[in-house]
Amino acid sequence: MNLDHLLAGLEARNPATLARAISIVENARPGFEALLSAIHPKLGRARRIGITGPPGAGKSTLTECLVAAFRAQDLTVAVVAVDPTSPFTGGALLGDRIRMESIALDDGVFIRSMATRGSLGGLATTTREVCDLLDAAGFDRILIETVGVGQSELDVAAMADTSVLVLTPESGDGIQTLKSGIMEIADVFVVNKADRSGADRLRQELEVTLGIRKGRAFRNIPAHHGALESGPAAPEPDNAEWRQPVLGTVAVECQGVDELTASLAEHWEWLEASGTLRERRRRRIRDRTRAVVNRAVKAWIWSDTEADRRIEARLDEVERGTVSPYDVSHEILDGLKQGMKL
Amino acid sequence: MMTESNTLSRPIRILVAKPGLDGHDRGAKVVAAALRDAGMEVIYTGLHQTPEMIATAAIQEDVDVVGLSILSGAHMTLFPRVRDLLVEAGREDILVTGGGIIPDKDIEALEGLGVGRLFGPGTPTADLIDYIQQWAGANLTE
Repeated sequence: MNLDHLLAGLEARNPATLARAISIVENARPGFEALLSAIHPKLGRARRIGITGPPGAGKSTLTECLVAAFRAQDLTVAVVAVDPTSPFTGGALLGDRIRMESIALDDGVFIRSMATRGSLGGLATTTREVCDLLDAAGFDRILIETVGVGQSELDVAAMADTSVLVLTPESGDGIQTLKSGIMEIADVFVVNKADRSGADRLRQELEVTLGIRKGRAFRNIPAHHGALESGPAAPEPDNAEWRQPVLGTVAVECQGVDELTASLAEHWEWLEASGTLRERRRRRIRDRTRAVVNRAVKAWIWSDTEADRRIEARLDEVERGTVSPYDVSHEILDGLKQGMKL
Repeated sequence: MMTESNTLSRPIRILVAKPGLDGHDRGAKVVAAALRDAGMEVIYTGLHQTPEMIATAAIQEDVDVVGLSILSGAHMTLFPRVRDLLVEAGREDILVTGGGIIPDKDIEALEGLGVGRLFGPGTPTADLIDYIQQWAGANLTE
């Protein structure tokens, strides 16, 4: 498929062409970088919302509710749902669509499943590029649903404008909420299955944890034996700081979703007003450019400069122990720096 | 099980769907798991899918193959309908195959309508994996 045809299809939001374009990027087929480069001027319209959390927390179900809520506001929505690839067979079972039946036939909704294909950060290696295509195709909201995560799959935070962490009352006690990693990246916390016992306690513990991080753990605690009753009121939080809300939802009934969309809208306003949006997006451009350079340099070194042949030539000596792998690496690097074809 | 006969540099993508009204999805799940273990990316959409939902999903997911499990007797309607919807969307290149309780004469008729091979009860999963991999080898270039 040629570039003009792809771009015209994206412009018209033709689902078959968009789907093809996604595959070209996902499989790094020839021309994928030209395609991504050509759509770059169109990027930045869509709000990218990451939905992450442990397996079975209700990410897909909540995503379906969010899509319906955005559609009710007459916004178009794309969903990228990521599930894991088997490290043994390379196969994957992508089952997130099962939870999204009610939105499956809506013209204003596009759903794409992706397998991680070896990436370990909770997304596929090309999920952010796929989001660029969806952005260029004019979707108003892009929901990115990660694989079921543990504690440290944080890639989504680097690519979403807003990250939502979905937990359940079974997600653990207050100590879990104090740990590093996933708890630190969320802009909005959701305790799903909020009709189950323990949900209120988890919400409260999350509030306390967030308070500790922001140095206001003791705000909103009633005066003890009247000791603080006449003390000055605690200062209001700085407006420049985003205060992560902790919401309760029951996703199977789409309960609490209006509060969630309201929080997402508030976070967006804050992102824009505080300059954080621009900062995050500039960081992303920087990261992306680095990643493209890294990939190209890697390909160049190993395909064009014959660095492999140099390694091969010195392998016997390295094996005997007369030179080390570090010596050979330096030889190669020095050669590259001098512009030498090895 | 590894995909030795698959010469593609990417996994085969296949949609496994269960159209119609019967609620028997054990077979579809067994097939989905076997295809996954053969190294394919399997999009599983669950029960009670309409042909429109199946075709929409197949197009959005850009699959190579659609596999339908039909035990309701409605195969003469469902297979051609899914195939027609794909053709309408310009995706006649997607293989529509599947299985279920389907009489031989119907299988012949469906093959005449552009539907791929259909498999009956008791088929070893290796047979359909072979079939899909061979089809992919002959029909997919990238």
